[in-house]
Amino acid sequence: MDEKRGSGAPEAPGESDERNKDLSENLDARRKRLDAELSARRTVETEGSSNREASKGYALAVKLSSEFIAGVVVGVILGYMFDRFLGTSPWGLIVFLLLGFCAGVLNVLRSTGAVAQPGSGGTGKSGARDEDDGN
Amino acid sequence: MANDPIHQFQISKLVPIEIGGLDLSFTNSSLFMVGTVALAAGFLFLTTANRGLVPSRLQSISEMSYEFVASMLRDGAGSQGMRFFPMVFSLFMFVLVANLIGMFPYFFTVTSHLIVTFALAMLVIGTVVVYGFWKHGLHFLNLFVPSGVPGILMPLVVMIEVISFLSRPISLSVRLFANMLAGHITLKVFAGFVASLGSMGALGIGTAILPLAMTVALTGLEFLVAFLQAYVFAVLTCMYLNDALHPGH
Repeated sequence: MDEKRGSGAPEAPGESDERNKDLSENLDARRKRLDAELSARRTVETEGSSNREASKGYALAVKLSSEFIAGVVVGVILGYMFDRFLGTSPWGLIVFLLLGFCAGVLNVLRSTGAVAQPGSGGTGKSGARDEDDGN
Repeated sequence: MANDPIHQFQISKLVPIEIGGLDLSFTNSSLFMVGTVALAAGFLFLTTANRGLVPSRLQSISEMSYEFVASMLRDGAGSQGMRFFPMVFSLFMFVLVANLIGMFPYFFTVTSHLIVTFALAMLVIGTVVVYGFWKHGLHFLNLFVPSGVPGILMPLVVMIEVISFLSRPISLSVRLFANMLAGHITLKVFAGFVASLGSMGALGIGTAILPLAMTVALTGLEFLVAFLQAYVFAVLTCMYLNDALHPGH
């Protein structure tokens, strides 16, 4: 549709220098105005970012709660299966629920960056994870 | 009921198919999945079909999405991770397009069903496990053995690490699903307020402006969430793939 757009034809070679100079001065003036307007708008945006803060907090809440719930749920599933196949009810469920709770806390601490990732082995290679800014 | 906020997630069979007692019907969910794939593939194909050195607007969208995912994968899993690029890029585009399609009124949001997101997460974790064992053999299990733990605590820590690993697909899928479900329900509830207040006479119409403004704001937020969740899904995929490529040391 609009594939010609980027390759917009340059000015015809026969244009006079005077006109080019005129145009470039005009362009400079317009650029300055644009810069001023953009910076003004940017300060407005940073002031009105309380809504974004709220959405960030919401995203963080979903992230951390899903990490924690996942740990507990996996613990319960494992414990239930363990009991079912070995007939040790209710001990498997109790032990695995507690372990699942620990795993959930570990997940939360890891996703907030408070605890090192598994397998990083102190090399620090995987210390700076992208996950933190992604939520 | 018109104002039922859950109604939009109902699955309806379009073409009932049953093979050997299994219900394999073509549902509205399947239709939108096919639509998602067709739209994503079609967009990428058409915008890069007659490409120029100086990209057109649509072509640069395709190129930007490629660059975006490629740099994400390179940061997350190293340059070795680039062999997984087709998978990560497909997952990202699928989730992103499915989320965005779901923003149209009367459209079905594929990613608001847990089973769909869980299948995607299992695909990721399955790839991690299979590739990890294939590439590193039993060395892959080092992932569960953190260094510097006293021997007596080892069994306990390993159990916790295993549970933590198994919880990954669940948290990955629940996060995407919960975000999309909650967002769409909130949007529908506030939009429902507009309709029910609007039918209450002049005063109702006056107060209906408040939920209407909220609906507009939430729609903007939902577009942000749609993109953000696709991004998060892809970033976490990269992180898990990194574990498969470099388990322990």
